Amino acid sequence: MIKVENLTKRYAGQAAIQDLNFEVGQGEIMGFLGPNGAGKTTTMRILASFMPPTSGRATVAGYDVFEQSLQARAHLGYMPENVPLYNDMRVTEYLDYRAALKGVPHRRLMERVGDVKELCGLKEVEKKLIGTLSKGYRQRVGLADALLHEPDLLILDEPTIGLDPNQIRQVRALIKNLGKQHTILLSTHILPEVEMTCSRVIIIHKGRIEACDTPENLLGKIRQAGGVVVEAKVGPDNGVEELKKISGVRDVIVDVDGEWKIFSLRVESGVDVREEIFRLATDRHWTVRELTQRRATLEDVFVEITHSDSI
Amino acid sequence: MRKFYTLLLREVRSYFHSPIAYVVLIFFLIIAGVDFYFQVSFMNQRQVQYTVQEAFFNSVFFWFAFVLIFPLITMRLFAEEFKLGTIEPLMTAPVRDWQVVLSKFFGALVFYLVLWVPPAFYFLIFQKITGQAAAHSAGAYSGSYLMLLLLGMFYLSIGCLASVLTRNQIIAAIISFCAITLLFFLGLVQFILLDVSSATRDLLGYFSAIEHMGTFSRGVIDTRPIVFYLSMTVVMLALTHQAFQSRKWRL
Repeated sequence: MIKVENLTKRYAGQAAIQDLNFEVGQGEIMGFLGPNGAGKTTTMRILASFMPPTSGRATVAGYDVFEQSLQARAHLGYMPENVPLYNDMRVTEYLDYRAALKGVPHRRLMERVGDVKELCGLKEVEKKLIGTLSKGYRQRVGLADALLHEPDLLILDEPTIGLDPNQIRQVRALIKNLGKQHTILLSTHILPEVEMTCSRVIIIHKGRIEACDTPENLLGKIRQAGGVVVEAKVGPDNGVEELKKISGVRDVIVDVDGEWKIFSLRVESGVDVREEIFRLATDRHWTVRELTQRRATLEDVFVEITHSDSI
Repeated sequence: MRKFYTLLLREVRSYFHSPIAYVVLIFFLIIAGVDFYFQVSFMNQRQVQYTVQEAFFNSVFFWFAFVLIFPLITMRLFAEEFKLGTIEPLMTAPVRDWQVVLSKFFGALVFYLVLWVPPAFYFLIFQKITGQAAAHSAGAYSGSYLMLLLLGMFYLSIGCLASVLTRNQIIAAIISFCAITLLFFLGLVQFILLDVSSATRDLLGYFSAIEHMGTFSRGVIDTRPIVFYLSMTVVMLALTHQAFQSRKWRL
């Protein structure tokens, strides 16, 4: 659906994105992750034919976004960041206008506008001025607009930014539902969202792709694939020494809470050391009040890859 | 073609959705009304050699309002879209750049022509009440309205160009106001500088909106200004199109 080859965009000599290469297949939901200024919006704008790349090429549904931009645009629905809309129009009026602009045939226009309003929950605000809508509804108008001409591909730039948790949940459910019929490329900051909705993830940092894989594989790959937290009274023992001897444990950090010691263990990926710890504790007569495995989240992957920024 | 009509319809509608449109309309009606009133009272007091039409379209009032309305009509065209970011959904829809440029230009032209509907009635009312024709030939009517259309197209296209150059409406208004005012005063140079050669004077006469309006409102339809204004409009719109496309230059 999307094919990107050596895509580079420079602004005044500075590269916003550099040599991007990736593909998004039919029916995939691809998550696009990265810190602010990583080049997500730039990439999406190029794919939506809003601006040309400095070099390299990109095709959408088989059409070059620069050479055959009109056909490429006809095959994709794009929702820009922050959803700019005409505030002086009413919801239905705006969607009618957009549908006509996107070449939805006359006889299907009413039906399509009705359908997207239904799908995005806009029925109750259809007569309102867009300028008076809340952020959540604006977002939905943007999404409805992107869906109007039944595009094969949806490009959504931060579809859940600025929404409250309930709205995020609604939009997420909507996106997941749309993923059944459409190919979707979405960018976001919200990591659980990606884990929950996307079939593949691209992590982009400083204009370069740092990782591109399924969320599960990415989690498996990361070095500190989680850890174990043990909270125990160890009596006369040091604790750290004993725990370090367990195979699979790489490092132990200790924290003291009164007579309790809290051990945070870094563990090699794919190893479950909890049983060993339990045995150790019974052997040494430790009193244990917590023994939990902390699962690595995509957030850990994200921080790991892009942490040079966050210092 | 359908896309062009869709865009045009939105442009025209958005004029009537915005407060600027009504401010311009009212401001313009007041000045046109005062202009007409003064001209008629002036003619009441003494014998004159010209028609109401000529007087109306060649007064200071008229030109003052005339030069001022174009920046107000055109400043928002592109600048507002850039500022609000609505240019992004617009240009990622399957529309061509020239469709957008032309729809904005013709949208502005439609609004401009609406401004001229009420003054058209002034002359009809004048004729009805006084029993005298405002102008003695249909040529004077069609001439002055044709000149309004031509000048309007030219000045609106300058406004389009100014608006596409910036995302700030005020800057767009200032650019087009300066350009239009300078062009306008270029036509006045021949009245001010007495020691210029007659060749220069003739040359400047070709650009003089006042002179053109003077001729046309007497019913004399000269083809030179028609060609001049139409071709300049095309040039300005071509430049607007180029500037609009510049975001797609591979830099």
